[in-house]
Amino acid sequence: MAVIDATEGSGRRRARFLKPLSGVLRFAVVILTTYLGLLAVTFFIGRVVPVDPVLAVLGDRAPASAIARVRAEMGLDLPLWQQFLLYLKQVLSGNLGNSVLTSRPVLEDVMRVFPATLELATFGTIVGTAIGIPLGVLAAVKRGSITDQVVRLIGLAGYSIPIFWLALLGLVLFYAKLHWVAFPGRIDVTYEYTFTPITGMLLFDALIQREWDVAWDVFRHIVLPGCLLGYFSLAYISRMTRSFMLNELGQEYIVAARAKGLSEQRIIWFHALRNAAVPLVTVVALSYAGLLEGSVLTETVFSWPGLGLYITNSLQNADMNAVLGGTIVIGSVFIALNLFSDFLYRTLDPRTRVK
Amino acid sequence: MTLLTVENLKVHYPTRTGLVEAVRGVSFTLGRERLGIVGESGSGKSQTGRAIMGLTPPSALITADRLDYAGIDLLRASARQRRSLRGGRIAMVLQDPKYSLDPVMTIGKQIVETLRTHARVPGDEARRRALEMLEAVQIRDPERVYDLYPHEVSGGMGQRVMIAMMLIAGPEMLIADEPTSALDVTVQLEVLSILDRLVRDRGMGLIFISHDLRLVSSFCDRVLVMYAGRVVEEIAAGDLAHAKHPYTRGLIDCVPKLGEDRHPLPVLDRKPEWAQ
Amino acid sequence: MTDISQFQSRRDWLLSNQPASRLQARLGRAYMIWLSFSANRLALVGLAVILGLLLVALFAPWLAPRSPFVGDLANARLLPPGTDGYLLGTDSQGRDILSRLIHGSRLTLMVVVLVAIIAAPLGLLVGAVAGYAGGWIDAVLMRITDIFLAFPKLVLAMAFVAALGPGIENAVLAIAITSWPPYARMARAEAMGVRNSDYIAAVRLMGASPARIVIRHIMPMCLSSLIVRVTLDMAGIILTAAGLGFLGLGAQPPLPEWGAMIASGRLYILDQWWVATMPGIAIVIVSLGFNLLGDGLRDALDPREAGK
Repeated sequence: MAVIDATEGSGRRRARFLKPLSGVLRFAVVILTTYLGLLAVTFFIGRVVPVDPVLAVLGDRAPASAIARVRAEMGLDLPLWQQFLLYLKQVLSGNLGNSVLTSRPVLEDVMRVFPATLELATFGTIVGTAIGIPLGVLAAVKRGSITDQVVRLIGLAGYSIPIFWLALLGLVLFYAKLHWVAFPGRIDVTYEYTFTPITGMLLFDALIQREWDVAWDVFRHIVLPGCLLGYFSLAYISRMTRSFMLNELGQEYIVAARAKGLSEQRIIWFHALRNAAVPLVTVVALSYAGLLEGSVLTETVFSWPGLGLYITNSLQNADMNAVLGGTIVIGSVFIALNLFSDFLYRTLDPRTRVK
Repeated sequence: MTLLTVENLKVHYPTRTGLVEAVRGVSFTLGRERLGIVGESGSGKSQTGRAIMGLTPPSALITADRLDYAGIDLLRASARQRRSLRGGRIAMVLQDPKYSLDPVMTIGKQIVETLRTHARVPGDEARRRALEMLEAVQIRDPERVYDLYPHEVSGGMGQRVMIAMMLIAGPEMLIADEPTSALDVTVQLEVLSILDRLVRDRGMGLIFISHDLRLVSSFCDRVLVMYAGRVVEEIAAGDLAHAKHPYTRGLIDCVPKLGEDRHPLPVLDRKPEWAQ
Repeated sequence: MTDISQFQSRRDWLLSNQPASRLQARLGRAYMIWLSFSANRLALVGLAVILGLLLVALFAPWLAPRSPFVGDLANARLLPPGTDGYLLGTDSQGRDILSRLIHGSRLTLMVVVLVAIIAAPLGLLVGAVAGYAGGWIDAVLMRITDIFLAFPKLVLAMAFVAALGPGIENAVLAIAITSWPPYARMARAEAMGVRNSDYIAAVRLMGASPARIVIRHIMPMCLSSLIVRVTLDMAGIILTAAGLGFLGLGAQPPLPEWGAMIASGRLYILDQWWVATMPGIAIVIVSLGFNLLGDGLRDALDPREAGK
């Protein structure tokens, strides 16, 4: 940047010309290194940390012949860097190994359970965004008021409450005592075999097939875990919204908007929030990623048959292939969301938009 | 012909360490003329302008014996009424277009927004009038500029956009708060002459707030000199050479003149009793 | 009368514009920070909670009315709170929940302290070196940092623990490994801010080695924001550790770790709600304490960030 600034006119023109290229290049480098890093870590966890990786994969009850076969398959007699290359090749061709528990390929398992997690996290993010952003705006506009304090407290609580604990209490209250929500799980057994999902996200599937009673049942299942995740996302989103809004409301263009005679509502929701939306997109994407991960604990409590439950079940059965496969998938989604938010940031803000 | 009457205007801010008195009893009237307010930073000149606009922060305490715009008592007017005055009948140009234009909205939309806030105008006519206004502030290619974002235009052009945005609803009075201080010297004169012509053609009243005495004296009909929240002198721009108040004289002496011995450099005198 | 005047002069001495010694300047600065910190009532509550946690952990064996490990299986299983001699009730093995919570505070404290002393210096060092060195060292270190930032923390920690074997030490290690990157980011930003300042140039002219500059002159500049950040992260560390404990990957029974206690109370949640509820309340109080303290510290140490 320093070089560009030094030679005003021509330099600036050249920089603009180079921008798209360097942007694409930068993106490629970021994706590549981040993904390599993720695989290096999972490789390290799976192959280097355990005393005997074969035992970690097969469990200690496997027959000797199987152990020998897997040892050769994993290339454990090769030097470490060759093992890593082999591992890379496997993972990139979609081979995450077989699960001991289900004896199916891990990738297949993960693809089967992932929509459930996606549905839960999406539900949570929608709840968190729909409530969190207005709350944050309100807190910023009424800075220092009771409203502000309450919003702050709601946010702080979200940062301080263990999600699995709140989930347990919620289950006791809303399921056992009040009977407002359905038993843990995704769908009632009566529908489980009569209803054919399309995408695997049941609420969505039921709605587009106009199966209203199924949709209602699915909703009764998802509402509690979804709202719980939504609360934690709300805590984060409202806090960040407040901070971004305070920043925007202190800008000169807000004074100018008032001088134009615009109403407070228009200034807040149309001008300030639209400017705050630029960094907020990143926050929402990150909170979405956080919920995909946070669902691990929630799914355990609600017996929600998603990726989180799959990973914890595999953990408890020392099924390392499944654990690492799940980690890679969640990690990939994380990376994708990070990049996507970066990309959105660039397109939303006209100042960084590449024309 | 009087547009604005200000009598004994005070702007106070309660803080933890006590009351900060930003403006302490300012009085003046404005017709369809160009009034300059000069003073150093902290003299209360900007606060005076913002108090008239109703743009002071909520914590500000504003009192006045009279604050009257074209027969409307500004202190008693409802929030809605004040809002319809802002932009519609009283407009304001801020210092730096880099910060005073919404960065994520195109220039055209921002200009149209002012117009449609104050008048029922169909979309295509609003666009046409915005383009006319851009032309009036001497922007050569209005169609192109209309769709640009503020960061894509230079400071001088940004300030012209700001002027267009503020004048499109046809206000009778304009408060320009240091409108050229953030601009390059070469662009300053250009923007000033545009502002001058528009104000003259439309017969508007102008309050020109600046720290630059020379600029104000050459541009305005009448000058108020403010110091520590008070008006220490009111004088016709042409009579500035005969200013009586020692503070005004000090300001004039600080303006460099060609071919004059500048040793020792004059230093601005600030006597506490002037603030009394 | 004399007391007041003495206090006045001490206050004046602390707030003096012209400190006579370095010590006076430092004490004066600390006093100013304390003044703005103590004006925040919620921050004081947070401080009190954390001090309380320290005291409870320190005197756990004396404070706990009963053994945290050995219960009375025959007579005291799943007693509700308030039963004679069991203030918070007992768990399925007849152990006093209060005593277990008191002893558990030591584990919680151990986890946060260990994670902090592993992750914070690591992040500080990486960030300070990257920020001071610049160039390709900076690029490489920051790329590594960003890679770690893009990882799902909890899942990665789970995988780590799964490979290392469950246990509280491994949980600490796993959390530390996943929590240093934000510190590195922050330290880098601070280091880049001071890198070109005159005092660093002066130190360099005096012949200080890069290592000395980084350790003695750059890292201390990052400390105050680091402390704030670590304090704010404490709650997250506690929650992650509790989550690992809840999944059976953290502290192993019969250790009275709060997350594991919630897990063991899960079976009885419908009829004996207190078994799982009490440790949850303990976690909430301590996490909230750290959050309030961190918020207050941030406002006091860095007025720019206040209100964020």
